Amino acid sequence: MEDTGIGLWGVPLAIFAGAIRVSTPFIFVSLGETITERSGRINLGLEGTLVFGAMTAYAVAVMTGSPTLGVLAAMATGALFGTIHGWICKWPKVNDIAIGIAMMQFGLGLAFFLGKSFIQPVAPKLPSIPLGTWSAVPQVQAALNINVLFFIGAALALFLFWAFKNTRIGLILRVVGDSTDAARAMGISPDRVRLLATAAGGSLAAIGGAYLSLYYPGSWNEGISSGQGLMAVALVIFARWNPIGCFLAALLFGGAGALGPALQSVGVTQGYYLFYAAPYVLTLIILIATSSPTRSLAGAPGALSLTK
Amino acid sequence: MTVEANDPGLSIATGSGASLRPLLEWLARRAEPVAIGLVAILIGLALFSLFILAIGKSPVTLFQLMYTGGFGSWFSIQNSLSRAAPLLLTALCVALPARLGLVIIGAEGAVVLGGVAAAASAMPFVGVVPPIVLFVFMGVAAMVVGGIWIGFAGLLRHYRGVNETISSLLLAYIAIALMNQFVEGLLRDPASLNKPSTKPLPKDYMLGQIPGMDVHWGLVIGVVACILSWVLIEITSYGFAARIAGGNVRAAQIQGLPVGKLIVGFTAIAGGFAGLAGMIEVAAVQGSANASLAAGYGYTGILVAFLARHNPLAIIPVAILLGGISASGGLIQRRMGLPDATVLVLQGTLFIVILFCETFYGRFKIFNPDLWKRSL
Repeated sequence: MEDTGIGLWGVPLAIFAGAIRVSTPFIFVSLGETITERSGRINLGLEGTLVFGAMTAYAVAVMTGSPTLGVLAAMATGALFGTIHGWICKWPKVNDIAIGIAMMQFGLGLAFFLGKSFIQPVAPKLPSIPLGTWSAVPQVQAALNINVLFFIGAALALFLFWAFKNTRIGLILRVVGDSTDAARAMGISPDRVRLLATAAGGSLAAIGGAYLSLYYPGSWNEGISSGQGLMAVALVIFARWNPIGCFLAALLFGGAGALGPALQSVGVTQGYYLFYAAPYVLTLIILIATSSPTRSLAGAPGALSLTK
Repeated sequence: MTVEANDPGLSIATGSGASLRPLLEWLARRAEPVAIGLVAILIGLALFSLFILAIGKSPVTLFQLMYTGGFGSWFSIQNSLSRAAPLLLTALCVALPARLGLVIIGAEGAVVLGGVAAAASAMPFVGVVPPIVLFVFMGVAAMVVGGIWIGFAGLLRHYRGVNETISSLLLAYIAIALMNQFVEGLLRDPASLNKPSTKPLPKDYMLGQIPGMDVHWGLVIGVVACILSWVLIEITSYGFAARIAGGNVRAAQIQGLPVGKLIVGFTAIAGGFAGLAGMIEVAAVQGSANASLAAGYGYTGILVAFLARHNPLAIIPVAILLGGISASGGLIQRRMGLPDATVLVLQGTLFIVILFCETFYGRFKIFNPDLWKRSL
C-alpha cells in the first residue's frame, strides 16, 4: 500500500499544495492591481502584462541562464506597460477600462510575436525551498516544496498593508485615489501618482507572469495564462482593496483552481472541464455576493471608475 | 478638411449660402469621427511600421502583402468578407450595450455556447425538416442561449451592481469550459477521434454560399443585423431611451425610463447576435461544434466596435477591413517568415491609438457645427 500513495488524503493535500502553487501569480497580480486601484485608476490590461512578463522572464532566463535576471527583466517590461497605460489615461476623455482592454490585446499579441522562438528551448527554473524533508511521504514533501516567490508575495502583502497606513507614499496614494480635487489642493499631481502606481502595478503583475513561465507550470507557450490577470481584478474587489485580503483571496482561488487536477489525481475524471471552470464560477459568485446596486463598495477608492 | 474650409467663402460668393448651411453643419458633425478615425489609423500604422523596421523587416512589403492578402484579388476579397461575417455580429455584441454605457467584452462566450446550442438543436431534426427550417431552429436556439448568457451580465449589472466588464469575461471562460464539457461528453460524436466534435451536419444541411460568390450567407445575416441594430438605436424610441440612459443614468431614471429593462433587453439582444455568430460558424464553416468555435471572434469584435465608435452601420466597413487584415495573416507568415501574431500586434496597436485619439474630440474648431452657422 505504501507505494500506491496516501489514498483519499491526497485530495486535501493536493488542494493545499495546489493552493500555494496556483495562488502565487494571483498574489502578485492582485497586489499590483491594488496599488493601481488605490490611486483611483483601474488597469484591466494586467492580463497582457502578465503574459508579456511570462515571455520576457522565460526568454531572458533562456539567454542568460539566470531565472532571477528573468524576473527582473519581466518587472522592467511590466513597469513599461504600466507607464504606457498611465500616460495614455492622463489625457482627457480617455477611458481607462477601454485602454486596459486594448493594452491586454496588445500585450498578448506582442508576447506571442516575440515569444515564438522561445517555445522550444528550456529555461532554468526558479528555486524553491524544501520544507517537507521531515516527512517520509513523497506527496507531503512535494506539497511543502514551496517557491521563494510565494514567501516574497506574502511578505509584500504584509508590507503593503502597513505601508498604505503608515507611510507618506501610502497616504499620498490614498488621497489621490479618494479625491482628485483634494490631492490637487495638497499640491500633488494626481496624474503623476497614478502613472507611478500603474507602473508599480504592472511590474508586480509581470512577476506573476514570470512565476508561471519559470516555475509552475514552468514553460512558455501561448496558453500560459488562463485569465489570472483578469480574475485578479475581480479578486481585488472581493478583497476590498486590502493587501492581506488579496493574499487570502489568492489562496482561495488557488485552491479552487487546484480542485480539478486534485480530483483527477485520485481517479475522478467525470466533469473535468467543469472543475476547470471552478475558479471562474467562484469569482463570479463572490462578485455577485459582495456587490450592491445601491451603495458603493466599502473600502472602495472614491475616484475609481469601476465602482460608479 | 481643406474643401470645407473653402466652402463658406465659395457659398457666399455664389449667394447660395442659405441652402448650403445645413449641409455644412451636417458635414462638420460627420467629418469629425471620420477624420479623427483616419488619422488614428495612420498613426497606428506608422507606429506598427516602426516596430516592423525595428525587427529588420520591410513595412512596405508587409502592407503590400496585407493588401494582396486582404483585398488584392476577387479571391482574397471573398475570403475577407467571409471572415468579416462573424465580426459583424460580435461587434454588435459590444456596440449595443456600449450605447447604454456598458463595456461588455465577453462575446466569445456567447459565440461558443451559441454554436453548441445550434449544433445540439440541429441533431434531432436533420433529415426530418427541410434545411431552411433547420436553420431557423439553429438560429433561434443560438440566439436564445447567447442572449441569456450576455443578458445575465446585464442583469447582474443592474440588479446587483456587478461590473459587467469583468462578469462578461468570467462568463466567457465558463462558457468555453461548458463547451468543452459538452463537446467531449454528452454531445460528442464517437467518430470524431482527434478533435472532439458534435456530429457533423450533412452537406445539404450546411448554410450555403451567396449566389455568384464564394461567401456564405453569414455575411448577409451580419449586414442585416447591423442595419436592424442601427434602426433600433437611431430610430425607435427604445434606442432613444437607451442613448439617454447611456448618457446619464440618473437623468433617465428621473424621466421614468425603465433603465433595468433597457439594460437587460439590450445586452440580451447583443448576446443573441454573438450567439448567431456561433450558429453561422457551425452551419456555414465548421459543420459541427468543436473547440475551433473559440477562435477569438469575440475579442476582435471588441476592436471592431470601438473602431466604429459603436455605430452599427460603421461596423460594416470596419469589420470588412479587419476581416481583410486577418485574412492576410497566412500570406504574411509564408512570405515574410513573421509569426501569425503579427496581425494581433497590429490590431493591438491600432486599438490603443484609436482610444487615445478620443482625446482629440472637440478640440478642433473646424468640426464645430456652430462655427459654420456663424460664418455664413
